[in-house]
Amino acid sequence: MAPPRTCALCQTARPIVRRPKTGQQVCKECFFHVFETEVHNTIMSAKLFKPGDRVAIGASGGKDSTVLAHVMKVLNDRYDYGLEMYLLSIDEGITGYRDDSLESVKRNQQEYGLPLKILSYDELYGWTMDAIVEQIGRKNNCTFCGVFRRQALDRGAAALNVDHIVTGHNADDIAETVLMNIMRGDIARLGRCTLICTQGEDSIKRSKPFKYAYEKEIVMYAYFKKLDYFSTECIYSPDAYRGHARVFLKDLEAARPSAIIDIIHSGEAFQIGEAVELKAQQTCKRCGYMSSNDLCKACTLLESLEKGMAKLATGDRNRRRLDEEPAPENMRTIPMFHRATPAEPAAAP
Amino acid sequence: MEDEKTITVKLVFGGGVEVLFSNKRNQSITIPAQAPASGSHPSRPADLRYLILWMSESLLTDRKELFVDGETVRPGILVLVNDTDWELEGELDYELQKGDEVVFISTLHGG
Repeated sequence: MAPPRTCALCQTARPIVRRPKTGQQVCKECFFHVFETEVHNTIMSAKLFKPGDRVAIGASGGKDSTVLAHVMKVLNDRYDYGLEMYLLSIDEGITGYRDDSLESVKRNQQEYGLPLKILSYDELYGWTMDAIVEQIGRKNNCTFCGVFRRQALDRGAAALNVDHIVTGHNADDIAETVLMNIMRGDIARLGRCTLICTQGEDSIKRSKPFKYAYEKEIVMYAYFKKLDYFSTECIYSPDAYRGHARVFLKDLEAARPSAIIDIIHSGEAFQIGEAVELKAQQTCKRCGYMSSNDLCKACTLLESLEKGMAKLATGDRNRRRLDEEPAPENMRTIPMFHRATPAEPAAAP
Repeated sequence: MEDEKTITVKLVFGGGVEVLFSNKRNQSITIPAQAPASGSHPSRPADLRYLILWMSESLLTDRKELFVDGETVRPGILVLVNDTDWELEGELDYELQKGDEVVFISTLHGG
């Protein structure tokens, strides 16, 4: 019989996982340590935080954000980052899906002792995803959800007065996005999607500490740490386009595990020429959110819902018909939360 | 129920794969200890290749393609044998032992 294998790192314990990034066979303790340390290194080399930062962890109750909350807590304690952390969850209003996943967020809140804020589409937009799908059907509803979620996270972060939102996007997600942006020829997004940290006009930073963490390792970490997460597919149309990229990427990974990191590096290496003009940013005339048009995307989509013409909102072809329809009276203004400005230098009131 | 002709193993499902298996997170199954010849593989002691085939024929009713891909599991489903990554155990060629616990976890669901 072959001699028992030992961990490539400590050379003593029995290995339990093969790391996709390196092919190394590592034991449970070394796996935890190397996974956490790599995330720490990612955070340090990108200088994501400074002591005293207020950080919201975008928490969906799924595997990535559950592991992120756990690891952020571990690292903040271990390396003394000095961060004040919050959990921020968005309730899209999807019965049988989000209500269940929010239960796992609440269990995480108990376990990590982090304050939790839940902000709902209903509260912000006056519409739940259930109601939106009732109007527009299962096709294209992801467009609404995507726009609404992004703004909801920003607004929730402002309400919490945080400096920074961290999300659980992992290496696989980013590689998928690179592939999707290449296939769609979306140069502007291709340039942005590999950035570890972006900053909007509202000065709240968004970053992805799991940028280089493989999905396999995140799931293995959750499994061996026995973390409690929610794993049901959204009941409304899954993002079909991403689904194709995902299957393709998983096939590539099976053939060559480094493919995921390689694709991220390729995405990073694309130089976006100066000639590509990015649209100037302004603020939405209705709600004040940053926007590249008179109305921000959420207000545009919301108006189409209020007119009962939301099916026309996702294609360019029918936009004119939509624009010709007058806005209903009492058109809702999406509430804006303002961050408390940092103490201004003593100007007498 | 178990004799030399059969072998009992425990199956555990997580990460969303359980929806394909009547939403049961774990179950004990008893399969023939000897895998019949299939494709280019001769008859042999039951291995993971045979277990996956057996599961897709005996436990899955529809949407088999969400679990199997050819003779193996669909990419994106992790497999552990007795809490060890199957990539360290010979993957499909791993020979099942009495009482083994085989875990299948999907990485494909939710964030």
